[in-house]
Amino acid sequence: MEAHAQRQPAAVSQRTRSERRLAWMLCAPAVIAMLAVTAYPIGYAIVLSLQQVDLRFPDEGGFVGLDNYGAVLSSDLWWTDVFNTAFLTVTTVAIELVLGMVIALVMHRAIFGRGVVRTSVLIPYGIITVVAAFSWQFAFAPDSGFVNNLPLISDEMDWFGDRFSSFAVIIMAEVWKTTPFMALLLLAGLVTIDSQLYEAAKVDGATAWQRFTRITLPLMKPAILVALLFRTLDAFRVFDTIYIMTAGAQDTESVSILGFNQLISRLNLGLGSAVSVLIFFCVLAIAFVYVKGFGVRVEEGRPGR
Amino acid sequence: MERGTREYALWSIGIVAVLIFALVPVLWLISVSLKPPEAIVDGKFIPSEISFDNYKSLFEGGIDESPFIKPLINSILIALSTTVISIVLASFTAYAIARLEFPGKRLILAGALAIAMFPPISTVGPLFDMWRTLGLYDTYLGLIIPYLTFSLPLAIYCLVAFFREIPWELEQAAQVDGATPFQAFTKVIVPLAAPGMFTAAILVFIFAWNDFLFAISLTSSDASRTVPASLAFFTGESSFTEPTGSIAAAAVVVTVPIIVFVLFFQRRIVSGLTAGAVKG
Repeated sequence: MEAHAQRQPAAVSQRTRSERRLAWMLCAPAVIAMLAVTAYPIGYAIVLSLQQVDLRFPDEGGFVGLDNYGAVLSSDLWWTDVFNTAFLTVTTVAIELVLGMVIALVMHRAIFGRGVVRTSVLIPYGIITVVAAFSWQFAFAPDSGFVNNLPLISDEMDWFGDRFSSFAVIIMAEVWKTTPFMALLLLAGLVTIDSQLYEAAKVDGATAWQRFTRITLPLMKPAILVALLFRTLDAFRVFDTIYIMTAGAQDTESVSILGFNQLISRLNLGLGSAVSVLIFFCVLAIAFVYVKGFGVRVEEGRPGR
Repeated sequence: MERGTREYALWSIGIVAVLIFALVPVLWLISVSLKPPEAIVDGKFIPSEISFDNYKSLFEGGIDESPFIKPLINSILIALSTTVISIVLASFTAYAIARLEFPGKRLILAGALAIAMFPPISTVGPLFDMWRTLGLYDTYLGLIIPYLTFSLPLAIYCLVAFFREIPWELEQAAQVDGATPFQAFTKVIVPLAAPGMFTAAILVFIFAWNDFLFAISLTSSDASRTVPASLAFFTGESSFTEPTGSIAAAAVVVTVPIIVFVLFFQRRIVSGLTAGAVKG
């Protein structure tokens, strides 16, 4: 399958050299574009985080060492937000994995209606996260929403008046928006499993549940772990849905909202950059745990949102 | 082979559940957008009376007065520019990775993957400061640049997967006939690669169209504010009315065309999203 397999050995070094030069020229613009807005800014963020930079008081400033980090790490708000973000990440990704697996199985095994399922599953993918957040917010609003008119739900329920009911709505919106991507990734893993394995297991008398836990899950482990890694990192940066639904009220703030508030709303670039750098290290730590702890082979993964 | 009615019933329930799950928020937005202002708070899923007032108010006053027209134009132009630039750059890179032998290939792929995991909030502060110094704050380019960065990994991975499927003998044939590597790329490979590039373009467009964080952080006015950001600043007709109806109408306007598009090209999108997801 490798395209260059049938290539002749590099007998002509002139040709090899020109091929390399062409390859680097072709890659350079994309590499520069990717580094310009990641590597350089994160370096700049580290520099900013070691200084007192508050755009409301431009005359004050200077090097303050790790003071900003001390201020962030000793504040209750940071730890509340870390808890919120971790809680939202773990619950949304866990629900998504189960729901995504169910939808993937429906798409894979359905005896009819596969096209309908695949079509409808793509709808959340195509919708702007902010739009989906507004839709769920309107649906759960005590005055205009339809949810409180449903049976079994109190008409008086104030979903955004309490921390954990707010979380429930936020989780629902996040799960709705991102499950399709999870389902499609899992489906891609499902279709690679040899159907003869299932036939053989059936002959041996395995139940559907046994076939799922003994054949499907073990063979899909690499695909599941890669999907989990990407979804975990994506869920950890949750911002849009919370900003629209509660803007962090009722202690529902995520670390990304905290960073945004410090940087853009309060213009405190020093403190905000310390938050940004800490978030960056959290993401590194999560990736490290997946790669070293669970043995995710990242090179088999792919980016996506 | 005969299938039991019970099995049919179970699958039907599953399929209907998935359909409801996917469609409810969209139908609900359409419903809210069609309610007359005084009926917004009735909490009914199906409007008892239909009015287009919410849509009219969106476009009232033309480009200068309307809170929606300029952001819509901004969104379209910014997402399209990002898509074109991103696909051109990603195609060059993906071609080199799929086709040429050079040191650093694995590093570029690994780097792209790392950027896909990068938290955008970590770049917002520095970009805010840099863009103000460079005069890019609240401009199209100020948004296109970060969108480019964060869409390139997606585009590169998608295109590498497609490019590896292309019958490269044709390129060699062209080179035997005297074409330069560059001619072989533009005359032979680009037409073959067009479907894959189109798929990658859809994914990049949806990414840029969806962004909210950069859009509210790096803009301050309708000069470059996109629809997702402007929705967060919508206000009601007066300070006593909630902007629910107009937000719903604006949301429907930016959602329905994308959904139609997504459904029309669903096969491509599924193959693009899962391209390279599993080595098979």
